[in-house]
Amino acid sequence: MTPDTRQIVFDNVSKFYGEVLGVNKVNFSLDPGITSLVGPNGSGKTTLMNLLTGLIKPSHGAIYVLGLTPQQPIEFFRQVGYCTQFDSFPPGTNGYDFIYWPLRLHGFGHDQATKLTNEALERAGMAQVARRKVAGYSKGMRQRIRLAQAIAHHPSVLVLDEPLNGLDPMARAESIALFEAIAKQGMHVIISSHILEEVDRISDRVVLMSSGYVVAEGQIKEVRREVRDHPMQILVRCSNAAKLASAAFELDHVVEAKILSDGQSVLVRTRDAEQFSLLLNKIVSAGLVEVDAVAPADDDVNSIYQYLIGSDGSPT
Amino acid sequence: MSIQESVSRAQSSLKEQPWRLFASQISVLLRNEVRRNLFTRRRIGFHLLAWIPVFILLLRYVLDKNISPSQLEDDSYLFAGITFQLYYLRLGIFFACMGIFTWLFRGEMVQRTLHYQFLVPVRREVLVVGKFLAGAVVSIAVFEAAVLACFCLVYSRLGSEGRSYVFEGPGLGQLGSYLLVTALACLGYGAVFLALSLLFKNPIIPGAMLLGWETIAPIFPSWAQHLSVAFYLKHLCPVKLPIEGPMAIFTIVAEPVSPFIAVFGLLCLTVAILALSCFLIHRLEITYTAE
Repeated sequence: MTPDTRQIVFDNVSKFYGEVLGVNKVNFSLDPGITSLVGPNGSGKTTLMNLLTGLIKPSHGAIYVLGLTPQQPIEFFRQVGYCTQFDSFPPGTNGYDFIYWPLRLHGFGHDQATKLTNEALERAGMAQVARRKVAGYSKGMRQRIRLAQAIAHHPSVLVLDEPLNGLDPMARAESIALFEAIAKQGMHVIISSHILEEVDRISDRVVLMSSGYVVAEGQIKEVRREVRDHPMQILVRCSNAAKLASAAFELDHVVEAKILSDGQSVLVRTRDAEQFSLLLNKIVSAGLVEVDAVAPADDDVNSIYQYLIGSDGSPT
Repeated sequence: MSIQESVSRAQSSLKEQPWRLFASQISVLLRNEVRRNLFTRRRIGFHLLAWIPVFILLLRYVLDKNISPSQLEDDSYLFAGITFQLYYLRLGIFFACMGIFTWLFRGEMVQRTLHYQFLVPVRREVLVVGKFLAGAVVSIAVFEAAVLACFCLVYSRLGSEGRSYVFEGPGLGQLGSYLLVTALACLGYGAVFLALSLLFKNPIIPGAMLLGWETIAPIFPSWAQHLSVAFYLKHLCPVKLPIEGPMAIFTIVAEPVSPFIAVFGLLCLTVAILALSCFLIHRLEITYTAE
């Protein structure tokens, strides 16, 4: 296959550690934007990221990042930055050196490397403590200095393994703003995270993983539409909740219509959201009910995760 | 593809390589690794290995003032045999190289920091060469300094006789040979241990086997002795020692090799083993976990 120079492509990728499955038959391609890898512990998220960055090699298949492979390290790692989950650092290093020397390995001269180091430290909010030994950093600071190293050379693809772990709410908000800013510049940001609310807010698309398999992949709303086993939940706030609920019940595809405790909202569970929208249009046009707001109640990552993977982490 | 096409393809590939970038990357790796290997607490054992004979000879220099008429010859044999060939070549440099060169990659695996080296735009071959050169610089600098100090202590103790042996006799030439052999030993053993660390998770056992091989290689046929680092080094040592002890009856005296062949042979062996390491590094994966 001809690799696309804008996409990240996993072409039938499998990874086995001896007889233990890492990931199996992974096939997808990613466009620029923020992509979240979501799944329980041991589902293969880190394996997928390590494969993507060449830290491990696939047992089968091929991976292309902007048309490049890790076998071309000079071109590849100028495009890719990876903030790993490994909380370990070269002994005795300080924050500044931790960023500066890898930049020198990129081939930057002293002046350019100094400029990029200072810029990365500023962006990660670590400029004040850069000259301190990393061994004396808090967990959040260590997380941020790794992030600073990953973004220092202005990569086109930023891979972040649990980047929000250990961060306080303020630092978490700043990091998310940074990821969004990077994605807005047309770059790839690939994040694995357990914090589904944050993932949901910032992701353009998700890859749901379980037991080494990709369970679902795509834009969150598209993925939700594909989950047909679970009726969609739609929350309608209106002037006459009882009338709306009784009208909804007459439709075959509506499996539940529940009036909420405020008396003005109905939670409808339907197998066909489009048909329900048509009904809603009819009712509003006929002047029977005034609708204040309509919103899907379960097209978020958390709901999709619950439906597809379940709370115990095994695919349902 | 014809041989001519293969050669021209290899030539054009070599021309396309960014040699200036490789050189700057190697210099950065060299600087970082030398700092990491020379002055850390972990390296105390390595410095002890190098400097123990210096301390012993210093004590002798201070405490033993009895100098017999045959002292020059005795001390020359003492330095050539016990200090240099037995201690430094068989033990000191061997174990120091084992500690330094196996730690270059395996140590980073243990400390879980190797992934940082794999996530920068550096060819893995360049990484191997950079780390090897750093290990070589550290081991050569420390052991040459120690050998030089031992040499000075041995001959300065003999007063004017020692001075005339060094400056008017064969002393300086012998010193040059000792320093050359030290450097070659560091390169040869360094390359072997670097390759072993990429081949085995625990390179200590193959290292012990290598020590065994280096010890018993003289009883093997001449061609097999050419695969031993000690074989080349022995032929470069300026003072030839008689073969004694229980091993003597089994020893097969191999055809002596010229200094040029010995140096060239050892360098070829080093380059061949480094090439093997460059191949092996491509198989290396980051398998340690975050926990």
